[in-house]
Amino acid sequence: MHKLTEIRWHARAGQGAVTAAKVVAETALSAGKYMQAMPEYGPERMGAPIKAFTRISDGPIEIHNNIEFPDVVIVLDASLLEVVNCIEGLSEEGMVIVNTCSPAEEVKAALGVSASVQVACVDASGIAYDTIKRDIPNTPIVGAFCKVSDVIDVHTFKDLLARSLGKKFGPKMVDANHAAIDRAYEEVTLA
Amino acid sequence: MVTQKTVATTGNLFVAEAIRQALPDVIPVYPITPQTTVVEEIAKFAANGRIDAEYVAVESEHSAMSAAIGASAAGVRVVTATASQGLALMWEELYIASGMRLPIVMFNANRALSAPINIHCDHSDIMGARDTGWLILFAETAQEAYDNTLVSFRIAEHPDVLLPVMTTADGFITTHTVDRADTLDDETARAFVGKYKPTHALLDFDNPVSHGAFAGLGGPYFEFKQQQRRAIDGSLGIIKEIIAEYSAISGRPFDVVEGWGMEDADVAIVVIGSTAGNVRHVARRLRAQGIKAGVLKIRVFRPFPTAGIRDALKGAKAVAVLDRSDSPGAEGGPLYFEVKSALYDLDHRVPVVNYVYGLGGSDVRTELIERVYKDLGDIASGAIGPFDMTYLGCR
Repeated sequence: MHKLTEIRWHARAGQGAVTAAKVVAETALSAGKYMQAMPEYGPERMGAPIKAFTRISDGPIEIHNNIEFPDVVIVLDASLLEVVNCIEGLSEEGMVIVNTCSPAEEVKAALGVSASVQVACVDASGIAYDTIKRDIPNTPIVGAFCKVSDVIDVHTFKDLLARSLGKKFGPKMVDANHAAIDRAYEEVTLA
Repeated sequence: MVTQKTVATTGNLFVAEAIRQALPDVIPVYPITPQTTVVEEIAKFAANGRIDAEYVAVESEHSAMSAAIGASAAGVRVVTATASQGLALMWEELYIASGMRLPIVMFNANRALSAPINIHCDHSDIMGARDTGWLILFAETAQEAYDNTLVSFRIAEHPDVLLPVMTTADGFITTHTVDRADTLDDETARAFVGKYKPTHALLDFDNPVSHGAFAGLGGPYFEFKQQQRRAIDGSLGIIKEIIAEYSAISGRPFDVVEGWGMEDADVAIVVIGSTAGNVRHVARRLRAQGIKAGVLKIRVFRPFPTAGIRDALKGAKAVAVLDRSDSPGAEGGPLYFEVKSALYDLDHRVPVVNYVYGLGGSDVRTELIERVYKDLGDIASGAIGPFDMTYLGCR
């Protein structure tokens, strides 16, 4: 069977998780892979906890349900860790990536996950404020994801972003996002 | 030369692309979740001059189907789209479209019906239209939604068919998920669909005809209906021919009913729509464990491919039919009746059970499908007997 990677995104509405889920999928496609991305549709209001899903595989993806047993969990707002069981169903060999200033060891202990689970932390919001000038942590956290996993390549991701953002927002926004991705790629810590 | 493009986008946008490529003349349409993005995309095509069609923004689905009937009777290629309450509002006119033998193509984003209010996937809307005389196609993926939409025009407009076709995809699951699919180049798609040549156009003044005239007591109503029934029955072979022609162009072979592992399956699940993928995903794992699991996916629901279904299931020791809608007060869901009925003429009895699942978008978890296969294993081994319809995954 084909290797399937299942990513579950936890965020607050407005943080760009749905877009990130799609962009990661599109990056996978430009690397020739099969992919799926979908949000969990519910009441849409800014700040409400939301989930989104990305599947990436070397072969066609047949399953269409929500992701219950993720390989990777990406948390765009650390306050959600106290509100939602973000790590529910996470694989023992899985990975959690959190947007936080706290060090990875501390977050790993607080999550109470097995030693085999990897926890990566990056101050994606801080980086977004510095570079994009707004708290849109989605692109930097994907930069961190590229570093700590081998699912998508950071250069492919940046190229895709240049094409999609360039058309809509121009070269300045592309540069700001590229700077955010590079910083998150460098600054992410792993425990 | 056929060139295909691999694209990542939502099922709805793949459907809109197929509609654009089919060169419709009139598109009367009213937006409703989860079909809305099809309408938005078509409106954009019309506004940007990428489609040479009369885009009619109507005030309800009732008006959408009225305009579709009028335009189609006049003698042009017509396409529309709807979902759920919108399809329900069209109900009386669905019969008029099929009775007038108008080759309208309509996309339906399969969605639950109120009350309580729910915008998510099930097949209650489309199953309400199963006896309207429309041909009905189901898609598992965005790719199938695109391919089905292109073939729908050819099927509807075939001179021996001349019936409206509903091409459907599961709301949100298929319509809103970003998926990978290949699209044909415009030239190839257009050449396949071809130019529409109406045979009984109202605006053909040299050959005046009446449409939908009074055929009451003593009139030819009954005979009309018999002709309609014959056309639907006869369409199955034509659909297969058109699908084969399309498959040769696209390189994506498919059929009206598709089996996976059915050659030697002991336990088999019959399913329509997106859940077919979930079931195959589980069946693959069970096969790896030595369990002879099979999946039978029905892609064309009207006309019902009875012989193909009977043939595929005749060797199974236990069969489950998954219904994503219910027929309250009846023995089970609508797909169940038809599958069970198809098996009645077999020399030996194949045990068949029914599960109603996923109403209002209730998530089809892997564990639920595993449970169905486990039940089937128990029936096949004789550990338990067949049981009454079960609500699968209902809290």
